[in-house]
Amino acid sequence: MKGDRTLLILGIVLLALVLAGPVLPQWAMFLATIAIAKGLVALGLLLQLRAGLVSFGQALYYCIGAYTAGTLGRYFGISDMLLQMICGAAVAAFIAFILGFLLARYRGIFYGLLSLALSMILYGLLVKSEALGSTDGINILPSTVFGVRPDQASVRYVVLVAGCAVAFLATLLVNRYLTTPLGQLAAAIKDNEIRVEYMGASVREAIHVKYVIAAALSGIGGALAATTVGHIDPDMAYWTTSGEFLFITILAGTGSVVAPFLGAAIFGIIHTVAYDLSPNTWQMTLGIALLLVIVFLPEGLWSLFNRRKAA
Amino acid sequence: MRGLRKLATAVVAAFAVAPISVLAQEPAAVKIGVITFLSGPAASPFGVPARNAAELVTELLNAGKAPAPYATKGFGGAQIQTVIIDEAGSSTTQVTEYRNLVQRHNVDVVIGYVSSGNCIAVAPVAEELKKLTNFFDCGTPRIFEDASYKYVFRTSPTATMDSVGAALYVKDAKPKMKSIAGLNQNYAWGQDSWGDFEASMKQLLPAVEVKTSQMPKLFAGQYNAEISTLLGAKADVIHSSFYDGDLEALLLQAAPRGLFKKSTGILTAGETAMWKLAAQIPDGTVLGARGPFGPYAPKSELNTWYDKEFRDRYQVPPTYPSYQMTQAILGVKLAWEKAQAANGGKRPSTEQVAAALENLTFEGPGGTVKMAIGKGHQAIMETVYGMSKVVGGKMTVTNIKRYPAEKVNPPEGVKSADWIKGGFKN
Amino acid sequence: MEQILTVIVDGIIYSAWLFVAAIGLTLIYGVMKIVNLTHGSFYALGAYAAASFTGAWIARGYPPMLSYVVLLASAVIITLVFAPLIERGILRFMYAKDEVVILLITYALFLILEDVIKLIWGVDPYFIAEPYALLGSFEFGEMTYPTYNLILVGIAVISGAGLTLLLRGTRVGKLLRTVIHDPEVSRAMGINVDRYYLVTFTFGSMLAAVGGAFTAPTVSVVPGIGVEIIVLSFAVIVIGGMGSLPGAALGAVIVGLVRSAAIHYAPAVELFVIYFVMALVLAFRPRGLFSLAEPRKI
Repeated sequence: MKGDRTLLILGIVLLALVLAGPVLPQWAMFLATIAIAKGLVALGLLLQLRAGLVSFGQALYYCIGAYTAGTLGRYFGISDMLLQMICGAAVAAFIAFILGFLLARYRGIFYGLLSLALSMILYGLLVKSEALGSTDGINILPSTVFGVRPDQASVRYVVLVAGCAVAFLATLLVNRYLTTPLGQLAAAIKDNEIRVEYMGASVREAIHVKYVIAAALSGIGGALAATTVGHIDPDMAYWTTSGEFLFITILAGTGSVVAPFLGAAIFGIIHTVAYDLSPNTWQMTLGIALLLVIVFLPEGLWSLFNRRKAA
Repeated sequence: MRGLRKLATAVVAAFAVAPISVLAQEPAAVKIGVITFLSGPAASPFGVPARNAAELVTELLNAGKAPAPYATKGFGGAQIQTVIIDEAGSSTTQVTEYRNLVQRHNVDVVIGYVSSGNCIAVAPVAEELKKLTNFFDCGTPRIFEDASYKYVFRTSPTATMDSVGAALYVKDAKPKMKSIAGLNQNYAWGQDSWGDFEASMKQLLPAVEVKTSQMPKLFAGQYNAEISTLLGAKADVIHSSFYDGDLEALLLQAAPRGLFKKSTGILTAGETAMWKLAAQIPDGTVLGARGPFGPYAPKSELNTWYDKEFRDRYQVPPTYPSYQMTQAILGVKLAWEKAQAANGGKRPSTEQVAAALENLTFEGPGGTVKMAIGKGHQAIMETVYGMSKVVGGKMTVTNIKRYPAEKVNPPEGVKSADWIKGGFKN
Repeated sequence: MEQILTVIVDGIIYSAWLFVAAIGLTLIYGVMKIVNLTHGSFYALGAYAAASFTGAWIARGYPPMLSYVVLLASAVIITLVFAPLIERGILRFMYAKDEVVILLITYALFLILEDVIKLIWGVDPYFIAEPYALLGSFEFGEMTYPTYNLILVGIAVISGAGLTLLLRGTRVGKLLRTVIHDPEVSRAMGINVDRYYLVTFTFGSMLAAVGGAFTAPTVSVVPGIGVEIIVLSFAVIVIGGMGSLPGAALGAVIVGLVRSAAIHYAPAVELFVIYFVMALVLAFRPRGLFSLAEPRKI
């Protein structure tokens, strides 16, 4: 089964990361963890994209997840990493559940821009909130895992392992979801909604569910990013952040649930290399690199691997 | 699958190749990571002047061309190399780049950061990686008020000084004023600047009335409606912490409407626009340079040398970000050489340099810098304000008042906000 | 009463600026159905070109009253240099792709253009004060307003009216409306859709550049001035209805007035009032205020 194969690949790559961890340089572990966090958000985007919905405001839930993790640590003394991620997902999912009633009515560019508007409203609220540090943001206190606070030397590795584990679990669940009837409706909705309705399925319900799942994934990603970077600020809800996630998703292609993580990793590398090699023109470097990928690999990077398999 | 593995291996291998330092007779170079804005609207007022200063100063130091006590070549004989990184992007990006600088480029010292958000995000990472990091510009007092650091320093005063100094100047210059209004950008810098100014005014002149506080978006560029509101408010003094692009737009839009003729403006970062927009600034506008920089720098051999070298190289006078970057480098140099001397002439460790920089007092082109608060990690300096006056088509400043460091900075261990509310007690 | 008048005048001035900035975007979306992020780049290009050319014009001592013509000419010239290059060189090959992919392509182009602008003009701010100051000011009630702001309102009205006239009254306009409704059928009818795309893209980008050019004398032209324009323009045309000209006008007026009122009465909310309005309008009119009727395809 195709699904099992891709999951196997992801499992192996993540396992390799976990095993190689102790010998990998710290900055590489950092980049990998961030890639996983962004990959989770991109996975949420993929879910929506398969149904033909483009969200320009996914950063909303990324930010909610991050701020949940941060405030839990700072004000409620809950510093357990996994608990923070779960709470981040829960809060994001809850808010998505409510907003989903509004958003599920829209399609196309309106869906995109309404999601953008909501994300920017959160940005505005956070900037105004001096208690939450306004644009300076707040630092996250170091996290613990099952009550143990990892020391300086091993904290990168611990966070990486936690990230890998959570990512694998989340991807597994998403993959299962995609094999259910509601999950498979995505392609049908993208094609022709009216036919779906005539078939007896509820388009709105399907979209609402996808929206909530995507939000939960983004919430986890946000919490993971918050723990890794150690800092949260309103920028996480800004539209350029959403743009970055969208970029990663399109770059990777929607071919497989594994693709977003690959896209996030490649994007992270291109971004860093651009800063390194051309600090004065990194935007152009990024733009050209992305343009090349889009022109030569229109189905995203994942199509590179798909082609081989098809043969 | 094989393809993926190959790709991953190649990528990791490419990045794992660490730079190998060539052993030579002379001491190994000192690598400084310099981080500042090279793109976006903050590049022109802060990033590029700071980068220019960094390049100029390291070149002059390497050649041994600076006046005493900075005459030794490089840092204690070791040549300075700089790695320059753009500060643009989110704080996540900046933390990533900081880690790259330290762990891939293996820099010895990091000097940088204009944005307070980045300073706050990077500080704990600097402690984690045990790398000497000197913030040269960011304004928020929160860094050393909310936490203590061993490896993190800031050789420039905080933004609190700007607001308190502004309030003191306004009281001295216009003791009979009755009302104030504010026009600041709606983000931490603008919010804090206005908040501190308002609180300081309430302490100095309790009867003063706040007419309105306008908070447009950062880099909004269009201020017609805000100007209308301010004109209607008819406050005696208008406080603004706008800088460069926004400040220039404000001045351009305010000039034909006479905003700063009808009310006295106090522009705490006015130095960034005062030269180019001399024609748009009515006489009597109070201008700040975030400290004793630029036109307010006290006369000294160091300043004369610095000003001349900068103008010769870049054809424009140095502005305050340039001064701040320069004193950041000079401070670290002095600490490095002090630590090296105490270490018997051998290259000092990061911890030794940090210990030497703590509580240091040194001279920069802007005057005396005392690392006096934040447990010896945060600098204080005097602040200076003056009024603009266009003489023969050229901008000059008159009615200059200097306020000593202890009067405009909180004492050790007291938070800025509390210090202001408590009436500036030392 | 005094204050309400001020709010309205301020609102109208801001609306005019928004309209000029957004109108090109709605045109391009209406005709080509692409979300064009290079819109911000053309706004910036117009501003920089205007600052350079007009600055040089005035520095050489040519009649300052003609500087307004120079502003317009700079916008036209710079667009003619870049727009056809982008459309013919890159976009033309991408129309068959998914609209999200096209959006991403325009985003990549936007990034590239940001640095191209930086390479040409550097990071220092440019400003040209003369066109702004030349026309003096006028009194309205107790307020003094620069007369220049009326020019912006004038441009908004002219471009809006002009475009509407073009679309309704001329043959070219009618053909363009055909292309808007259905590109496939238009092609089948023999209309050279590709040429219309080129013309539309160039003209729409030119409008953005004109917006930037005429804004240049009022601000300091710095890197990044194109960024916020994108989001603002989108907010305006979404409120008004994508592809609708009167919609863009109404959207601009609503946003301008609400923002002006916010600044005068509740300055704290100004930061996100535009997004709030956008969300509110979309909640009740999902396709914007004036949406084009689209038949549902079964």
